[in-house]
Amino acid sequence: MNFEEHAAKPLLAAAGIAVPESELVQTPAAAAAAAKRIGPCVVKAQVPTGKRGKAGGIKIAATPSEAEDAATQILGMDIAGNTVEQVLVEAQADIAAEYYACVLTDAASKGPLILFSTEGGMDIEEVADADPDKIVHLPIDIRKGVDLSAVESALSGLGLGARAASVAAVMEKLYSVYVGNDADLVEINPLIATGDGSIVALDCKFSLEDSGANRRAELVAQGAPEKLTELETRGRDLGLRYIELDGDVGVLANGAGLTMTTMDVIRHYGGEPSNFLEIGGEAYTLGKPALELVLSNPKVKCLLVNFCGAFARTDVMTEGIVNAWMELKPTLPVFFTIHGTNEEEAVALVRDRLGMEPYDLMDDAVKAAVAAAKEASL
Amino acid sequence: MIVQKNERVLVQGITGKQGAFWTERMQAYGTKIMGGVNPRKAGTTVCDVPVYASAVEAAQDGGFEIAAMFIPPMLAKAAALDAIEAGAKGIVCLTEHIPVQDVMYFLAAAREAGTWVIGPNTTGVVTAGESFVGFMPVFNERVFCPGNIGIISRSGSLGTLVCMKMVEAGFGTSTFIGIGGDPIIGSTTRDALEALDADERTKGVVLIGEIGGEMEEDAAEYAAKMDKPIVSFIAGAASPPGKRMGHAGAIVMGDRGTYQSKRKALEAAGVLVLDTPSAVGDAMREAMS
Repeated sequence: MNFEEHAAKPLLAAAGIAVPESELVQTPAAAAAAAKRIGPCVVKAQVPTGKRGKAGGIKIAATPSEAEDAATQILGMDIAGNTVEQVLVEAQADIAAEYYACVLTDAASKGPLILFSTEGGMDIEEVADADPDKIVHLPIDIRKGVDLSAVESALSGLGLGARAASVAAVMEKLYSVYVGNDADLVEINPLIATGDGSIVALDCKFSLEDSGANRRAELVAQGAPEKLTELETRGRDLGLRYIELDGDVGVLANGAGLTMTTMDVIRHYGGEPSNFLEIGGEAYTLGKPALELVLSNPKVKCLLVNFCGAFARTDVMTEGIVNAWMELKPTLPVFFTIHGTNEEEAVALVRDRLGMEPYDLMDDAVKAAVAAAKEASL
Repeated sequence: MIVQKNERVLVQGITGKQGAFWTERMQAYGTKIMGGVNPRKAGTTVCDVPVYASAVEAAQDGGFEIAAMFIPPMLAKAAALDAIEAGAKGIVCLTEHIPVQDVMYFLAAAREAGTWVIGPNTTGVVTAGESFVGFMPVFNERVFCPGNIGIISRSGSLGTLVCMKMVEAGFGTSTFIGIGGDPIIGSTTRDALEALDADERTKGVVLIGEIGGEMEEDAAEYAAKMDKPIVSFIAGAASPPGKRMGHAGAIVMGDRGTYQSKRKALEAAGVLVLDTPSAVGDAMREAMS
């Protein structure tokens, strides 16, 4: 779960990292009032995505009327699919140097990783490509935490001079934000040194790790909810992981790996799936709401049911779908392919109650579904 | 991480519904279950084995090699540290949704102690015909029959399908290693590949990957040096970027973790990557001839 800047910065402040004075507002008039109080400011779009500056979502304002104009332009703007509904009016800073600072979960070292670069304000991926030596990597043993002297020595070759000690202290605090909030990423770009030598965070990206979020209810309330379509929201409310896609072959399968594979094989044979929906694990009893959900997508031309049961019994999953099918009586074609635990019973259910024959080979079921979807589109 | 038939298994969380259900099945398959752990039910007996207050206590009373974790996510870190302190040789962690920072914590402790970890969020490991730890349909002869093909999978459902396809094609399984669907896991695709390379029973390997992370790319480096044939399928070619596809680890971020990157790396290492898992048996037969 990503946090917008205005929700992320208080986490930095709580750990003792300086941030500029700011106010979150929803209207141009409120932006003007905030600017009157704060003085020369920056008006920043609040959306849970990067590259706001490039999209025109960050503007400098010297006066309240300029802040009002900036907010008028930014509010309502679309940035990478997000409509700007709030702006942060933030005091301008006296920038002497810009740095990049980050703590993230690193799969390669299976632990937290501190990243720091003197090339602040730039896209860190670009720095990594152009000049990888300018990025300091410091893996951390999460059992021991950050050793300030290790941070200082990692930063020692960067020419930070008199600022080195205060930058290292900020990195230690940044790590405490990461580890104290179940983050999988906390990034400050840019982290600046001001003319008087203070170190200040001008931006912050914070991402809460999904499983850790289960013990951080107070944080979840501050994060930006994942952008979902209407159908995806319905799926989430039912406890189903449903992802809406652009194709027309409806997919119902069990298990993440098998469901992804079903989508892949549909594409391989020239079709496109209309959704990801797995009903494995504890969701296997949710046959009816799952079927309703898949069929609610107006793009769906046919349905492919692919079950491969390990400990999820295929007869139980199939019975749920067969019952739902008989109750809802959809008119579009459906294709079954079923393998694994209690497969014979599952196949008999489809044969006896729906009067159709499941396919032995997944690929044959997929080919038939793709052909049916094409025919329905003619 | 290949569980041997003489190795003793301790089931953490044995008194829970899942723990008890799968303990019975593991016992029936031949896995040597020496006991279980539940601090609140220490001193009782479940599935004909003693329940201990901790793994450390179990180690003092007979001992064990492998800890199988059927533990709720928020208690998993403490249970894993207990197993590591008890001197476990390996941990099979079946729990899903463990906070990633907890996982990193106990993986660091395990690494230091020399304990291998499978998972979290794995369906387990099977040494066909001998022993299994986890929840896989080992009794279904159309899924598991002893043979000489090692199978590595991040997914239980897809792993099961591939096992069936191999049996259909006349092959059997030496060892199935479910490495788990989480973004941070103990034994990686590469670790599993190295274990199967060293395993005498295994003559060929099916590597089932999926989008997200860089484990397949890392494994490809090792695959290039192997003599045993490897056939692979990577799930997620048709998955949109930026979305978590059911598994916490199955997500493409920017240009990292993509299907194309994994396929390219494996193919460069001489691994045959299939468009559909249905052809896996034929592909292996060809690769072995």
